[in-house]
Order: sequence, then C-alpha cells, then structure tokens
Amino acid sequence: MEELVYDQINETVYTETMDNGLKVFLLAKPEMAKTFGIFTTNYGSIDQTFTPIGQDEKVTVPEGIAHFLEHKLFEKEDRDVFQDFTKLGASANAFTSFTKTAYLFTATSQIEKNVETLLNFVQDPYFSEESVEKEKGIIAQEIRMYDDQPDWRSFFGTIQSLYHQHPVKVDIAGTVDSIQNITKDDLYTCYETFYHPSNMVLFVAGNIEPEAMMKQIRENQNSKEFPAAPEINRSYPEEPTEVAKANNSITMPITTAKAMVGVKEKVTHLTGKELLRAELLSSMILDYYFSKSGAFYEELYRNDLIDDSFQFETELDRQFGFTILGGDTRKPEEMTKRVKEMLHELKENSISDEDFTRMKRKKIGQFMRALNSLEFIANQFTHYHTLGVDLFDVLPVIESLTSKDAEEYLQHWINEEAISVFQVKPQENE
Amino acid sequence: MKIKEEVLLEKQGYRLHILPSKKYKTISIVAKFKTPLRREGITERALLPHVLQKATNNHPNVREFQSSFENLYGTVLSSDGTKKGENHVISFRMEVVNEAYLNDQEPILEEALKLFNEVLYAPKVEGEGFDSSIVEREKQTLEQKITSVKDDKMSYANMRLMDHMCKDEPYSLHVSGYQEDISSITPESLYTYYRSMIKNDLLDVYVIGDIDQAEIEKMTDQYFIRENSSNQDNDQVSTSKDVQEVNEVVEREEVNQGKLHIGYRTYTKFGDSDYYALQIFNGLFGGFPSSKLFMNVREKHSLAYYAASRFESHKGLLLVFSGVDPKDYQQAKSIILEQMDAMQDGDFTEEQVEETKEQVIHQLQETMDNANGIIEVLYHQMISGAEMPVNDLIEQIRKVTKQDVVAIANKIKLDTIYFLTSLEGGE
Repeated sequence: MEELVYDQINETVYTETMDNGLKVFLLAKPEMAKTFGIFTTNYGSIDQTFTPIGQDEKVTVPEGIAHFLEHKLFEKEDRDVFQDFTKLGASANAFTSFTKTAYLFTATSQIEKNVETLLNFVQDPYFSEESVEKEKGIIAQEIRMYDDQPDWRSFFGTIQSLYHQHPVKVDIAGTVDSIQNITKDDLYTCYETFYHPSNMVLFVAGNIEPEAMMKQIRENQNSKEFPAAPEINRSYPEEPTEVAKANNSITMPITTAKAMVGVKEKVTHLTGKELLRAELLSSMILDYYFSKSGAFYEELYRNDLIDDSFQFETELDRQFGFTILGGDTRKPEEMTKRVKEMLHELKENSISDEDFTRMKRKKIGQFMRALNSLEFIANQFTHYHTLGVDLFDVLPVIESLTSKDAEEYLQHWINEEAISVFQVKPQENE
Repeated sequence: MKIKEEVLLEKQGYRLHILPSKKYKTISIVAKFKTPLRREGITERALLPHVLQKATNNHPNVREFQSSFENLYGTVLSSDGTKKGENHVISFRMEVVNEAYLNDQEPILEEALKLFNEVLYAPKVEGEGFDSSIVEREKQTLEQKITSVKDDKMSYANMRLMDHMCKDEPYSLHVSGYQEDISSITPESLYTYYRSMIKNDLLDVYVIGDIDQAEIEKMTDQYFIRENSSNQDNDQVSTSKDVQEVNEVVEREEVNQGKLHIGYRTYTKFGDSDYYALQIFNGLFGGFPSSKLFMNVREKHSLAYYAASRFESHKGLLLVFSGVDPKDYQQAKSIILEQMDAMQDGDFTEEQVEETKEQVIHQLQETMDNANGIIEVLYHQMISGAEMPVNDLIEQIRKVTKQDVVAIANKIKLDTIYFLTSLEGGE
C-alpha cells in the first residue's frame, strides 16, 4: 500500500494495485459520518465497437448497451441488489457516462459489508432473457423522460451537430428502438470484455481505516478467479476536425427557445497534464468572459440575448471534447450570431495579469469548495486517474498558470469550422 | 456521530446560530428571512433575490461587484425563495474558503461578510427606489422564468397538482411569482417592499465551518445587526383541510411521457408525536428503491423509470410522482392506490420496518455531513418549535413500531390525482 500525501489540503490517499489489476484508492475522513464507495469501469457509451475478449473479430453492439448493462447488474437470479444495500442501511446507485460506468453506495454504518457487497455484485453478473426483456419497458420510460426535457435535448442536439461519426453523438441510454435489439448474450460479451478488474478502479472515501480496508479488499479480490488481464481492443471511427452541421435545430412544445453554440475540441494529441491544463485554461478563459463578471456576459445579458439560465462547460476526454455555451433566449438568431463572434474575438483580446490572478483565485476557491464533497473527490479522482491525471495536482497546476499560457492557448483554440449552432425552437402554435 | 452543539444567541434584530465543525474546507453563512405566505408581495419576493445580488451602493457596477467575489477566492453568494409550509423564506447563502487552506494571509472571511452586509442592507439605490435599469432587466428575467416553468414537465405537473389540491390555501401560491404582477412593480414599490421585509421578517443567521465563536460573533455583530427590528416571530400555521371527495384531474400537453402526480393529506406535521412513524411510512411506501412504489410500478410491471413519494412536513402532505406512458395511466394509477391500501392493511414485515429505520437514520446522518443540510434541518426544527438534538431524533425513529406505521397509514387521506398526458393519450 502506497501513501500519497497532499500537504496543502491536508489529505492522504492510500493506493494499491491488486494482483488481478484492480486499482484501489482510499481516503480517510474520520470527521465525516458517511462513507462513499464507487466502483468504476473504464467503459461507457462510446465503446460500441471492440474485439470481445477471446475473439479475433470486431463486433458492434447496439446503442445504449453500456447503460442497459448498468441497470441489469443490479438484478441477480434470486434478488435485487438494491435490497442488499437496504438491509445494510445504505443507499446504492449507478451511472453511465460517455466513457465510464460506475456503481456506488453511501453508508453510515456496516462499511465493510457494504464494500464487500459493492465488489461482489459488480463482479458476479447474472443476465437472463426474461429480465432483459423486462428492463426494456423501464429504460424506454427513462428515454421518454429525457425526450421531454428541452435542456437535455439541446445538450445532445449540440453534440450531434458537432460529430459526424464518433459514438459520442449517440444518446447514452440509446433509443427506444436500439435497446429492443439487446440480448443477454450481448450483455455477457460486453461484461466479460470491459469488467475485468484491470479495467476498473475502486475508490472509497469517508469514515474508514485505510489499512484494514485495504486488507479486506485484497482478500476479497484474491479469493476470486479472473482470466489474465486482456488488452482491450476498442475501435472508433475516423472523425474529421470540422463539425457535422454548422446549423441545426429541432422544435419542441416549449415556451422559451433554447440556443447553444458548440465548439468541437481537438483532443487526440493531449496526454495527462496537458489535458488538465487545457481543461483549466478553457474554463478560466470562458469564466473570464462569460461568467457574471465577464464583459461578454454583461453585453449579452443587457441586450436580453440571454437570461440567468445561460451556462457554459468544457468536457475533454481522450477521444473527444466539446465546449457548449447557451441557454434560454428570446432572440436565438441574434444570440448565436453574437456568441459566435465573441468566440472569434477571444483571440484578439488579452487578459491582464491582474485579471488572470483573479480567475486563478476563483478557480482555487471552486476547487476547495468541491473538496467538501466525498462524492466529488472519489468521482473526479477516478475520472482523472483514467486520463493519467492526479486530482490533487489541480492546485499546483492552477498556481503555475500565467496569462501568457492563456494567450497561447487562445491562439489555436477556436476555428470557424469547429463551431456548431443548435436551437430548440418553440412550436409555432404555442 | 460528532455533531457539536449548536450555539444559539439572541442578537439585535436576528438570531445567530454558530456551528463549529471540522468537516469542511469552507465556511458557510446563511441568512433566512421568513414571513407568512401571502398572495400579496409574492412576486416582489421572487424578484428581490435577483435584484439584490446585482449591485450595492458601494459596488454600483454589476461586473465590478461580481469581480470582488471572485477576488475573494471565488466566494459564492446565492439567494432564493422557498415555501416552508405556509410561510415564505428568502435565503441568502454564502460560502467562503477557509483561510487556513490558502497560501495568502488576507482576511477573506471578513471581506466576504462586508459584501454580504452590503447585499442585505445597502443595495444600490436611486432616490426612493432601486436602480431602475437593474429592476427592469430583472423583471424580464423573472417573467421568462415564470413562463418557462411549463418547459420542465415534472415541476410543472407538481405545480398543477398543488394548484388543484390546495386551491384556496396559501400553499398553492407560486414561489416564482405571477406574470400579471410584474408590470406594476416599480423600482420604488420594490424598494418599499424590501424595506418592510428587512424590518419585519424573522431573521436567522447560521455560520458553519472550522470557526472560533468569539471571532465570528465579533464579525456578525458588526455585519448583521438590525437596529430597528425586534425580530418577532410571525409564523403562519398551516391549515389542514378535510378531504370531502377525491378529485381527479387530467390535463393535456404535447408530451411523450405522462406525469402522474398524486396528493394525499397526512394530518401530521414536524414536531407531532407520530411524525417519526410518517418517516418510516414514507420509506416503506415510496421513499427508497426498496419501497412498494418502486418495486411494483417499476420492477414488477415495468411501467416507469421512477415512482416515488415524499412528504411535506410543515403543511402535512404526501406526494407521489411517476412518469408513465400515456396509455398506462389507469394501470399505473391503480397499482399506486393499491400500494396505499397495502400499507393501510399492514402488508409489510417487522423486518422491513427495521430496515427502513436504518435507511431513514442513514439519510439523516448523511444530511448532517453537509453544511447546508445541517442548516436546513436545524432551521426546520427552529421554525416548527420542535428543536431536538440529532441523537434524540434517531432515538425517536428507532422507537417506531409496525403498529405506529399502520396507524399513520390509516390517517392519510387521498385528495387529488393529477395526470399530465399527451394530446391523444387515453384516460
């Protein structure tokens, strides 16, 4: 067991790689009542085409399967795993993202048993034809719920405008049609390929004794048999750097239009720390211009082109990346035109040292606030780990950034061909 | 559980609650202004948080004002209005990084409290009113917010259920305000409302974090004092209507998924002796994934992705919500109603009662790990006049028996069934 000590924030992380390849991280927070455990596989909705373990031919599985599998892991031959956590006074959940599937619990008692339950249920799949069929109705309603949410539709519509081929454009839950094709055998194929311990990370944070817990996890893992760690062969289509659709829209029965401007990020050349730097810089630059203290925000707000639903985010991963700005607007055409112009203007403006220092302070504060949450620490640590970044490097990296770095970053950030505009328009008769 | 005792002090014009805790790297300060929920003034109360956060006399420029928060290591200030039973509460929340974790030696907390003070007591004023351009712009923002409530179908269905169920009760008032009021609000009228709120509302201030009591008191004495207010409680006790007959309402919009929301009356409020049994009841009925609603509507019949219940503990309501296909309305409705019958018949085991207690306790302990969570629990108790240390709460929960749960189940009355469905969906 290795100790990673972070003095400034007064935290210690304990880590060990199990013999079967599972990476474990533990963070003790004895002052908390709660413990949060999250067991993550590096497998998400974008991993649709791959060579299954033990085979030679590539397969492409139905859209939405990673999320479907996430639902089905909770069901066993004789019981629903939610009930196991219930009996332990804990609450459990799970989520699927573009690149990850994660299973989690929070508990304030019987922590050892909860960790055991988490490891065991994820490592013991049971899929049957009957239970797969039953789940289709539930997931269809989950998809329908999202279909009625204009915010989700505008977010996903923007990504779909940015990407031609890449499966990031596929809705994480799939479609009502695509999930009909999922079979029990498909689930086993995905499970066996992507749920090998060597493709997974366990993070437990909270009211724990690291030594004892690590021992327990080690014993649990050593008692199970796994094949040798496979090399996972995933394949993604070639994706052009320009966007699929520069302009696109849908209509929905809503009262206020939504307008989004998306930027397709070039990420495939980025590794660990560079990715973190890019993420921090783009978020600080956007903050400087488009948060409530920003000149661009002020102009857009004053002219009634945006309201306080206006948001922006950057998501960078190894395979894909995007920045999305937008929200409700009464003047979608004017708003998107102006935001696009502003994105081009970024290059021509510079940020003074004083202003950049302010943005650094803001970012440090944001990070410290986030550290109050065990969930944030465990999720984000895991996410960064799979990208080759240490979460607690965020502080020193922020400290090291200068206004010159921002200027340089801006020079090759945004091109016209990387921008998409997406609108959700209210239906005419409304 | 290590929750240190709350220090409660009667100050000039406010009650101060100090909660020293080593759990956080930040310090949270929350100020809550409470008044009876009334139709008159509700739109002003929805608008005020927007206007007050924009600028102050000392920082009249909106951008410059925001920048000063950023300079204080991204100190965040937010404000909103909510219903607590039939009272209205405007909360101002500030979170500041604890100086102990910064390389800087600047007095971040005190500077942040100065800004907080300006937001509350020294807003940007022109003559006898607020800054007119800020008010005009925020009126537009509020109007847009009011009209787009309809775009979030879950909140909209919930609002419509309350509109029907609590029609003649203050509880049905919309916290986001009313469109028809907006045009008549002027910078002057809003300022007049603000002055009466600052003078007459009941004010509670909470400070939580790794703090020193004496140091905090010194600062709050300076920044939260209300010279001309006696800080009298003005609580409006919520009404509990007798249900004469069940009301069923179907409304249509262009939706993919129908929203089935059902309202019951519990006749039990926070502080009542059977309140703990209500918590267990809700856990068994629809509060957790192990509950009857989840197991039957979702797992057994695959009708929904979510089917759950929650209770409002000041007004005494129990609300069920689920998203189902429009064609499944009748089936989903009867399954939900059957689950209530089963609860009333005691169709659950002692073991399930025990498990549910553990889950309710876990939920409470988890809430107490979160700074805002602790403040909400304590404020809740305070305004209900039912203060109790967390350990006593837990003890009361442990005492609940199956009989108690059956008793509360039989006290609960179905009031309104509301279904928001598609234009052509069946009934």
